[in-house]
Amino acid sequence: MIASLHPSLLFFAAALLLWVLPLLGRRILILLVPAAAFLIISQLEPGTSWGYQLFGFDLNLLRVDKLSKAFGYVFTINAFACFLFALHLKTRHEHTAALTYIGAALGAVFAADLISLYLFWEVMAITSTFLVLARGTERAYGAAFRYVMVHIFGGLCLLAGILLQVNASGSVAFDGFSLHGLPTYLILIGFLINAAAPPLSAWLSDAYPEATVTGGVIMTAYTTKTAVYTLIRGFAGWEVLMAVGCFMAIYGIIYAILENDMRRILAYSIINQVGFMICGIGIGTAMAISGAVAHAFAHIIYKALLWMSAGAVLYLTGKSKCTDLGGLYKTMPLTMIFGTIGALAISSFPFLSGYTSKPMIIEAGVHEGFFWVWLVLEIASAGVFLHAGIKFPYFVFFARDNGLRPGEPPRHMLLAMGFLAFICIFIGVYPQPLYDILPYPVEFQAYTFEHTLNQFQLLMFSALAFFMLLPLLKRTETVSIDSDWIYRKGGRLFVRGCDRLFSGINAFGDRIFMQKLPGLLSRFFADPARHVQQHLVQLLAEGSGNGSVLERRKAEIEHRTRHAAYPIGGSVLLAVVFVALMSLFFFV
Amino acid sequence: MDPEDKKPEVWTWFDHPRNIKRLKIGFYAVLVLLVLPDFFMHKHSLFSSVEALPGFYALFGFISCVAIILISKLLGFVLKKKEDYYDR
Repeated sequence: MIASLHPSLLFFAAALLLWVLPLLGRRILILLVPAAAFLIISQLEPGTSWGYQLFGFDLNLLRVDKLSKAFGYVFTINAFACFLFALHLKTRHEHTAALTYIGAALGAVFAADLISLYLFWEVMAITSTFLVLARGTERAYGAAFRYVMVHIFGGLCLLAGILLQVNASGSVAFDGFSLHGLPTYLILIGFLINAAAPPLSAWLSDAYPEATVTGGVIMTAYTTKTAVYTLIRGFAGWEVLMAVGCFMAIYGIIYAILENDMRRILAYSIINQVGFMICGIGIGTAMAISGAVAHAFAHIIYKALLWMSAGAVLYLTGKSKCTDLGGLYKTMPLTMIFGTIGALAISSFPFLSGYTSKPMIIEAGVHEGFFWVWLVLEIASAGVFLHAGIKFPYFVFFARDNGLRPGEPPRHMLLAMGFLAFICIFIGVYPQPLYDILPYPVEFQAYTFEHTLNQFQLLMFSALAFFMLLPLLKRTETVSIDSDWIYRKGGRLFVRGCDRLFSGINAFGDRIFMQKLPGLLSRFFADPARHVQQHLVQLLAEGSGNGSVLERRKAEIEHRTRHAAYPIGGSVLLAVVFVALMSLFFFV
Repeated sequence: MDPEDKKPEVWTWFDHPRNIKRLKIGFYAVLVLLVLPDFFMHKHSLFSSVEALPGFYALFGFISCVAIILISKLLGFVLKKKEDYYDR
C-alpha cells in the first residue's frame, strides 16, 4: 500500500541505486524520486506509524499531521527542481550526498520522537558537508571543516538536551516543550544553531557560498528550514524567539549590504528570512504559526530560485563577486528575469509568493499588540528589498559591464528556474492552495487595496533610497568579519597569545635556572671555603666599619687557600654543616 | 554544443541613455501615483494615528532604507577587511 511507505526511504534507496545505474538511468531516477515522494506524502493519513524499539523506547519514524505534511510537500517540490537544475552532473557522489541529505531532512520532519529526530539530524549534518567538499577547492575544504565542526557542536548540545529531557520526563515524545530548564534550553540551542541564529550563524554564510553550484542550491532549503520546523514543533510561543528573530532579520540585511560575493549576499538573506519565521514562532498564535509555515514554504521556493540564477551565473562565468560581474542581462536575459522574479518574491512584492506569506507573520504580531515586532519587521521588509530585491539583480545583471558574455545556461537549468518562478507567481496570485495545507485555518486577506498600496509604497521608496544612495553602496573587494572570526582568527590569536606567554615563561626559566644559576653555583663550589671566608670577612668588616684589617685578612685567606693550609677539623666541620644543610633541604 | 551557444545574442536595451531616462521618468511617475491615493482615502492605523497620514509607508520605507544603508556603511569601516584577511 502506497500510504505506508516512508518518503525518506525512497531517497535513501535511490542514493544506493545510483551506484549501479548508467547516466540516463540516474537522471531519470533523481527526477522520479522527489516526484514519487511528493505523491506518497499527499496520500499519507494523519497518525503515527513505522514504530520500532531502541534503548527500550517505543519510537516512531512517521508522524503525519498538517505541519509535517506541509514541510514534506515543499521539501519534495524543491528537491525536484534542484535535481532538475543539477541534471548535467555526471558524478555520482554529489547526487548521493544530496539524496541522503534530503531524505534525512524528510526523516527529521516526519520523526515522531526526539531520538529519531537526532539520528536524522546528524545524518543531515554529515551528508551536507559533502556538498561543500565536492567543490574541491582549498577554501571549500576549510569552510566544510568549519561547517561540520559547528554542526557537531550543535548536535552535541541537542543530544545533551535530549538525554537530560528524556531523563527528567521519562518520555522521548517530541511535542511542544513547556518546561523552561537546562534540558529544553540545550535542545533550543541545538535547533537555533541549525537555524543559523547568531552568534553561531556564520557557518551558513561561510559554507554555503563555497559549496558547488548545485550543492549550494540544495543546501539553502533543508538545514535551516528543518530547524524552523523543529522550532515550530517544540518552541512555539517562546517569547525569546521573537527577539532572536528580529535580531536575525536586521543582522542578515546589514551583512548582505556589506557583502561582495553574490552567493554570500543570498546566504545572509537566508538568515534574514529565517528571522521572520523565528519571530513568527515566538509570537506563537495560530496565525503566526501558519504564517511561519507559509513563509517557510514560499521562502524555500524563491530562495532556491535565487540560488539557481546565481548558480547559473557562477556555472557559466566561474565568478561570484559583484565586482567581477555586471551587465549580464545582455546575454542572460532569461536568467535575469527568473532571478528578478525570485528577488521580487523575497521582497514580498505584491502578486508574488512572499507577499502572501510574510505579512501574515507581521499581522499576527500586530494582533498581539507587539509594537516593536511590527516596527522591526517592517524595517526589515524594506531592507529585504534593498539587499536581495534590488542589490542582487542590479549588481549581477546590470550595473557596470565587466565584459562577460556567457550566454544562457543549459536548458534543464532554465526549466528548473522557470518551474520555481511559476510557483512564486502562482502562490502570489492564488495563495489558497498554500493556505489549505497550513496547520491552522487562515483568516488572512493579503489583497486589500490599502494593504497592497502600503506595501507598494514601502518597496518603491526603498528602491528610491537605494538609487539615491548608490555611491555609498559601491562594491568593494572585501570580506566582512562575522562571528566565525572567533574560530577562524580568534583561535589562531589565542594560540599565538598562549605561545607568547608560555614560551616566554619557558625562556625566562631556561635563562635563570639552566644558565645563570648553575654557573653561579659552580663558580661558588669550585672553592667554597675561600668564598665563604672572603664573604664573611667582607661582611664583618663592613659591619664593624673597620676597613684596615680587611685587606690583610683577604691576603691571609688567599694564601691559605693556595697552599691548602686548612686544619682538618675546620674542613670536617664545614662538611658536616653542609651535609646537614643538604639533608634539611631534601628530607624536611 | 551547437554554434548558437558560443555566440549568444546581446541585448543592450539598458545601455542606451534614452531608455534609462525613460525608466527614470516612469519610476518617478510610479512613486507619485503610489502616494496620491492616500490623500483621498481613509487609512487604518495599527498603533498610532501617524500611520494614517498620507504617504506614511512611503516615508517609512525611505527612512528605514537610508538608516540601514548609513548604519551598514559605518559598521563597514570596522567589519570590512581585505579579502586575504583569513589567509594571513
